Amino acid sequence: MKVRILVSFKDSVLDPQGQTVKNALLTLGYGFVRDVRQGKVFELDLEGVSEDEARRLVPEIASKVLANPIIETFVWDILA
Amino acid sequence: MKFGVVVFPGSNCDADTLHALGDILGREAVYLWHKDHDLKGVDCVVLPGGFAHGDYLRSGAIARFSPLMREVGEHAARGGLVLGICNGFQVLLEMGLLPGAMLRNKNLKFLCRFVTVRVESEKTAFTRLARKGQVLRLPIAHFDGNYYAPPDVLDEVESNGRVVLRYCDDQGRLSEESNVNGSLRSIAGLVNAAGNVMGLMPHPERAVEDLLGGTDGRLILESLIGGRVP
Repeated sequence: MKVRILVSFKDSVLDPQGQTVKNALLTLGYGFVRDVRQGKVFELDLEGVSEDEARRLVPEIASKVLANPIIETFVWDILA
Repeated sequence: MKFGVVVFPGSNCDADTLHALGDILGREAVYLWHKDHDLKGVDCVVLPGGFAHGDYLRSGAIARFSPLMREVGEHAARGGLVLGICNGFQVLLEMGLLPGAMLRNKNLKFLCRFVTVRVESEKTAFTRLARKGQVLRLPIAHFDGNYYAPPDVLDEVESNGRVVLRYCDDQGRLSEESNVNGSLRSIAGLVNAAGNVMGLMPHPERAVEDLLGGTDGRLILESLIGGRVP
């Protein structure tokens, strides 16, 4: 089973890299871009794990290792 | 007092730190390999600067899982002294021994320069030779030194006098300009509630000889051993 986890800064945390990307897009004429948040993507290939177990284990992995809960949040889904 | 300098793959201030503690302070100082489970009887554990485990994932994030960090955590829980410098500070944050997290510097640049910091508390084992309000000139070298913690955590840390160093100008005044990396409340260094664990972004071990451009770092290292060294 493959899962994808998306980690990004919490809304309350300033994201200077996202701001820089936004400014670049505005400079290029994409004036409709209101905000940019930059994040990280992780794809995990899991073996011998049921979907129920994945629903318990993936958030555990994400909050324990992949994201720092003080500044980051995550969403995830099953790819295949 | 015996010092142990933890060496991770990617540490690059371990030799400087051992030099400062051993050659300058004249104290026994040994390396501690991150994969061992042996603190070699040291009184103070120093987590040096560098890029432990390449800073992959997040600065300090993987170092937290190094085998020796179990012993370091136990040492800290017993009240043993732990000093985290730069990357070592980031490791302490990731371990949860100190509150908060580091974000990328506000200007998105790697900052490598001397800065001035103000001593906010002289009532710690790391600053007892300093005066409150004293301005120290120390070098920084980091990409992720923009200190962040939620407002309630900041208030708790402030109200208990746990902020030890703040970025300031050469007169000791705080300003947006002197807050080089954008840290909340200009925080450059703080201690845990028990006062035995300190993290700071500036490098005291790089300011221990005139040859290095300054000696203000000695004040922090000498505070640990409780006296000035000629």
